[in-house]
Amino acid sequence: MDHTTVHSPALLIALLIPLIGTLGVMFRGKEENVREGISSVSSILLFITVCTMIPKVLAGKILMFNMFNLLPGVSVTLRADGMSMIFALVASSLWTIAVFYSMGYMRGLNEHAQTRFNACFALAIFGAIGVAFSNNLFTLYLFYEVVSVCTYPLVAHHQDEEGYEGAKKYIVYLTTTAKAFLLPAMILIYVLTGTLDFATNINTGIFPDDVNRWVVTMLYVFCLFGFAKNGIMPFHHWLPGAMVAPTPVSALLHAVAVVKVGVFCTTRTMLYVFGVNIMDAFNLGIPTAYFVGFTIIMASVIALSKDNLKSRLAYSTVSQLSYIILGVALLTPSGVEGGLIHIVNHAFSKITLFFCAGAIYVATHKKYISEMEGLGRTMPFTFGAFAIASLSMIGAPPVAGFITKWNLLVGSIEAHQIGILLILLASTLLNAAYFAPVTYRAFFGSRPEGEVFTGIKEAPLAMLIPILIAATISVIIGIFPNIMMQFVKAVTG
Amino acid sequence: MDQLLINPGPPLLSILIFLPLAGALFLLLVNNENFARYWTLAVTGIAALLSLPILTGFDRGSAQFQFVEKHAWIETLNINYVVGVDGISLLLLLMTTFIMPFCVLASWTYIKTRVQSFMICLLIMESAMVGVFVALDFVLFYILWEAMLIPMYLLIGIWGGPRKIYASIKFFLYTLAGSVLLLVGIIWLYITNNYSFFIPDMMWQHYSVTAQVLLFLAFFLAFAIKVPMFPFHTWLPAAHVEAPTAGSVILASILLKMGTYGFLRFALPMTPEATVMMMPYVLGLSIAGIIYGGFTALAQSDMKKLIAYSSVGHMGFVTLGIFVLNQQGIEGAILQMINHGVTTGALFLCVGMIYERTHSRELLSATGVGQYMPVFVTFLGFFSLSSFGFPGTNSFVGEFMILAGTFEYSIPLALAAIPGAVLAAAYMLRMLQKVVWGGTDNPDQSWLTDLNVREIVTLTPFLIFVFWIGLSPQHFLDLMQTSVTNLLDNFTAYSSQYMAAADLIVR
Repeated sequence: MDHTTVHSPALLIALLIPLIGTLGVMFRGKEENVREGISSVSSILLFITVCTMIPKVLAGKILMFNMFNLLPGVSVTLRADGMSMIFALVASSLWTIAVFYSMGYMRGLNEHAQTRFNACFALAIFGAIGVAFSNNLFTLYLFYEVVSVCTYPLVAHHQDEEGYEGAKKYIVYLTTTAKAFLLPAMILIYVLTGTLDFATNINTGIFPDDVNRWVVTMLYVFCLFGFAKNGIMPFHHWLPGAMVAPTPVSALLHAVAVVKVGVFCTTRTMLYVFGVNIMDAFNLGIPTAYFVGFTIIMASVIALSKDNLKSRLAYSTVSQLSYIILGVALLTPSGVEGGLIHIVNHAFSKITLFFCAGAIYVATHKKYISEMEGLGRTMPFTFGAFAIASLSMIGAPPVAGFITKWNLLVGSIEAHQIGILLILLASTLLNAAYFAPVTYRAFFGSRPEGEVFTGIKEAPLAMLIPILIAATISVIIGIFPNIMMQFVKAVTG
Repeated sequence: MDQLLINPGPPLLSILIFLPLAGALFLLLVNNENFARYWTLAVTGIAALLSLPILTGFDRGSAQFQFVEKHAWIETLNINYVVGVDGISLLLLLMTTFIMPFCVLASWTYIKTRVQSFMICLLIMESAMVGVFVALDFVLFYILWEAMLIPMYLLIGIWGGPRKIYASIKFFLYTLAGSVLLLVGIIWLYITNNYSFFIPDMMWQHYSVTAQVLLFLAFFLAFAIKVPMFPFHTWLPAAHVEAPTAGSVILASILLKMGTYGFLRFALPMTPEATVMMMPYVLGLSIAGIIYGGFTALAQSDMKKLIAYSSVGHMGFVTLGIFVLNQQGIEGAILQMINHGVTTGALFLCVGMIYERTHSRELLSATGVGQYMPVFVTFLGFFSLSSFGFPGTNSFVGEFMILAGTFEYSIPLALAAIPGAVLAAAYMLRMLQKVVWGGTDNPDQSWLTDLNVREIVTLTPFLIFVFWIGLSPQHFLDLMQTSVTNLLDNFTAYSSQYMAAADLIVR
């Protein structure tokens, strides 16, 4: 496909909308409805702006916008190509849903500091959009760090011991890995190549032909661990720790902004900095696949042992994120497609699951799975949505996750890796083992004996509607995978 | 004399040197505190404005000294009054003139006793500091270099904190001791160079290796104490902690830069062979400083001490950049000197603002002020991010260039400096977290008032520079590029053979 570059101010507009939204939220913080109005209008505007770029990107063009030139080869430049669109569409569309949901959740629980919450939420989206539209490693790193810093107040939201502890772990893990691994990797890449700009296809990468194999391998490992938001073990501890945050934050963190920023950065770097050719030649792909395979299995096993619903979801996220990296690391067309499409599939399904967890908490103040026996009969919509999203996580048709599993399995066969195939199958069983009981117990279990009528009913509509929308989208992109697959195809060419 | 470019026009550099001095003399006659404040602000403000024509008139394409003025002074000893700027000193000069008005603003209510004397000290400081950066005669340089010590000693000793006498004497003795050998070096150079103190004539001369090494060591002691490089840094935390805000800002932003400026102006061009020989040791000390400064800063509970130790780490990066001896490294180092001046100066201003309210520099007594001083913590947040090299801010560019230069020189060496960058994030975020959020048992801070207009005006220009340098550093790099290229060209031409041999030893 020929990639012509087009200058496009729409990129700048897309980046500025959440930022202006943040300022609006801060200055009109006193008036609740105006504040939430600004958030939702910004989210819708952002979504529309991102959508306007679709035709050009699908026509094979790369949209560019140069903002600042720091040094020769180092600039703040935005670009939109197939891969950016995958993430930008997910982040912007989920923001619209999340705004309504968090309104219901935060008001439902009378949370404090809602202005700060909304402002930081918008800032996190600003960072995520920046990451999606980065044209080079520096821009990517810049917005990656913006996300780290701006989500700290969200994790520490409750301002109690537990909140500070979780938030401390969160920021320490993320900034330390970024500084210790990413910074030297980025600078060394600059010294070796004279540029930090991404390549325009996934094959060539940016390294010269005569580059030293071991230096590249070191850089690759640094990049893999540097983007610790991708949740690869052993640098995943921040993620369960961040569960202390209010549930809309967990949803944002674990489905959209933070973790997806991590895997997006990782895969972006793998494909557009190192490139399939070099990763193949230096044998970096398959070892990575096995390495993250360990995370997939291990995190699933830990998830099995968690009774706290949000913790179980958190470990499920750790496991599922590695699917994305595993797929790309297979370096075969189906593998890469399966990995990238999982950015979308996992986002919609996992946000549904977290939304459900939040809805259950608002309606019943229950956090533990063992306390949820029989709740499905009083909250059928919430648990119904939960069931659908669980199926997606397990990888059953016709929900979105099936598309991922299918592609990954084909990819592992293409790469002749029976081991990977077994890991995927084992993890499917484990997924079923930790998700199915939740739904089963909710619908078929019985409330504890002697419990007086508690008046439990469905969560408020502001929460229920986003849940149902997210669940419906999970099904739609499962039945019509091409909606998002066309962008993935634009990446693999 | 071919290194000189005499620009026609008013003698701007002399005006910059003597205007503050004249302002100080006039203040001697006045006995009105408020007038002293406005007068000093006006004088430093005018000096800042007068330094702008130097920027606009500066020829970026020339590595020669510009705006040169030359007058005979003590003819029997061939001592002349020669001043001029090049790409290395220009930015430092501008930073000096621009920071001074904000030092005055920061002392507006902070200094309550003997205001006139305080302002006189500030003005004399400015004269001496400007002079040090532009002096091209070694005697003139040395006199001004030593002249700075007295007003600084007074600033700490009179308006300082509880241990002010200890701190001021330690500062004075350390820096004085360092420069004694410098004087010996100067006299040796004077005799060797046909009884001339003219600095450009002393550069790139073929002194014997032994002489160069001895000379380098003399330079090194003087400048390493000033930087301060590990292990000569112990005067710094004491001086910083006890100094009043303006004193800390001057110390951090300008005085420390004189050490690194000295390396670039004297050590590299006058003792190139010795520089190559000593390079591995200086690089080792730089790394040690980076790591040591980081760990020590992490352990501090006094905010001023924390920032003081962070300076040791940051200046380690600067010396690292200078002594890898390549374009990226040196340009990054000069830029980082400016960055450190801007960011650390601003951080000291921030701590001063808290101190004025709570009368404590303890981190624990300043926890959780974020809720009541949102404007303040926004400023503090940006400066802290800048301090640990957040991308998009000024320090990032400096660190990036220094590390790029270091990677070019040696990958293991650059990797050894990385923990310093990690630690910087750790101690800065720790401080920021405590001040903005604190914990669940914060002291009651509800009586605190947020920044007033004067304080916001003081901090805003620093913030502008944080992002200006951070997002388009090319404007600043352009000013120094020619001079740095020229320095390195001369350097390689001088010691091309020697470098090759030394390279073998180092690797």
